[in-house]
Amino acid sequence: MTVKPVNQKAWLLVLPVLLIVALNAIIPLMTVVNYSLQDTFSPGVFFYEGTKWYQDVLSSPRFHGALGRQFLFTGIILLIEIPLGVAVALAMPRKGPWVSVCLVLMALPLLIPWNVVGAMWNIFALPDIGLLGYGLNWLGFDYNYTQQPVAAWFTVVLMDVWHWTSLVVLLAYAGLSSIPDAYYQAAKIDGASAFAVLRYIQLPKMKRVLIIALLLRFMDSFMIYTEPFVLTGGGPGNSTTFLSIDLVKAAIGEFNLGIAAAMSILYFLMTLLVCWVFYTAMMRGDES
Amino acid sequence: MRGAKIIVVFVYILFLMLPIYWLLNMSFKTTNEILGGFSWYPQQFTLDSYITIFTDPTWYSGYINSISYVLMNTVISVSLALPAAYAFSRYRFMGDKHLFFWLLSNRMAPPAVFVLPFVELYSAMNLFDTTLAVALAHCLFNVPLAVWILEGFMSGVPREVDETAYIDGYSFPHFFVKIFMPLIAAGIGVTAFFCFMFSWVEMLLAKNLTSVAAKPIVAVMTRTASTAGYELGLLAAAGALTLIPGVIVIWFVRKHIAKGFALGRV
Repeated sequence: MTVKPVNQKAWLLVLPVLLIVALNAIIPLMTVVNYSLQDTFSPGVFFYEGTKWYQDVLSSPRFHGALGRQFLFTGIILLIEIPLGVAVALAMPRKGPWVSVCLVLMALPLLIPWNVVGAMWNIFALPDIGLLGYGLNWLGFDYNYTQQPVAAWFTVVLMDVWHWTSLVVLLAYAGLSSIPDAYYQAAKIDGASAFAVLRYIQLPKMKRVLIIALLLRFMDSFMIYTEPFVLTGGGPGNSTTFLSIDLVKAAIGEFNLGIAAAMSILYFLMTLLVCWVFYTAMMRGDES
Repeated sequence: MRGAKIIVVFVYILFLMLPIYWLLNMSFKTTNEILGGFSWYPQQFTLDSYITIFTDPTWYSGYINSISYVLMNTVISVSLALPAAYAFSRYRFMGDKHLFFWLLSNRMAPPAVFVLPFVELYSAMNLFDTTLAVALAHCLFNVPLAVWILEGFMSGVPREVDETAYIDGYSFPHFFVKIFMPLIAAGIGVTAFFCFMFSWVEMLLAKNLTSVAAKPIVAVMTRTASTAGYELGLLAAAGALTLIPGVIVIWFVRKHIAKGFALGRV
């Protein structure tokens, strides 16, 4: 491909986007930075606090707990969703009338408002009237997600797998569809095993979409709020309180502006770092 | 081998459908029957929950509010993103790469960080509790998303098309609307779908930026859960109704969904 021409007037085309995103991103972010450096006793009266809130947050066990649970949750769902998504994509028919039907059915969970997802699973998992809870207890498991932290984790993870694995399936399937039939015919002539086809043809072709899937899932699970909030409210105790839930609790529930703002900034910097890794990996993929 | 594959896909889809079936099952039961115990299907089939939703203004106005900010947001996002995506796909300019990254970082920013400042910002602009406020707030993640997806689709159109049109004497606006937009019609459709979807499923910002007049359906549902006791039948019916817009729009873009999720780059 030839190199794109330099044209500074292109800025004019970008300007409207820049303005609206700046309104939504820069002004609020500056408000948060402001709060994170100040304290208040009455509305409108602020004084400078320096890095006190940051020190408080960084040394608070509550923040460490939420951060730890966040990484654990994101790690678990990635370990389940990526392999499962690839496996389902490999099992999908490559052509035929069923493809569209499968794709639409699979995409369905992605289109449900997030609080409805939470509410659905809240009821689905109840031990007395929900199919999942009733079924597990019928099978002999002592399962009650409103009381047992392990059961709550199981439910939150299962809900996320239900909600988002299809994203991985769709992406992996799109990667697989881009492999020309000739590759498979050549592999057949060479007598390649199914594993060899997977290892040397399918996985390399899926690499780029899998990077996107991995990082999208990382980012979205890292900012998860609504679904676990509606499902468990962060409980029992604090057992499913992830970063966003903790943050909203501090900001709106307790109106602890300084702490919440300092948490926000740290949270934002973490996402920014991962986002940069994502961008670099994706741009490298675009070049090759 | 083939049989095993069909079983994998079948079991996966079954797993996806079970919670949805349970929601529909409950939506046709009375709340008393739901609380009365476990049953696979409604014993006393009723449409009461749906009738309540369609006749009670506090319920159906929630749907109207949601649909109106979602549509507003889709129109704003796509129309602002179109020229910007063209600039990114066709030209190099000062700071282009940084800007592109910055846009993406907003798609990835946790909405929880923005809740409180958004309430202040939109209150200061006298927009609090309007659907416009939610539509503008959702631009935070939808405009970057739209730019990225459209850029992906536009880069698939050879630059010779533009050059030929300019040689033929087309002005930029004329070329863009008459020639270029029809070429990326599928991309525009997919982008609109994604803006629609992400605005539709988001709740944290939508709920906190509204109080009474512009309350979205997702907030009406949480209110019912907390004040009227657990009206489970109503809640299930309201939830089931939120599935419909998604099902309708997805059918139109089923062939391009994956490309959209990959931010336009498959």
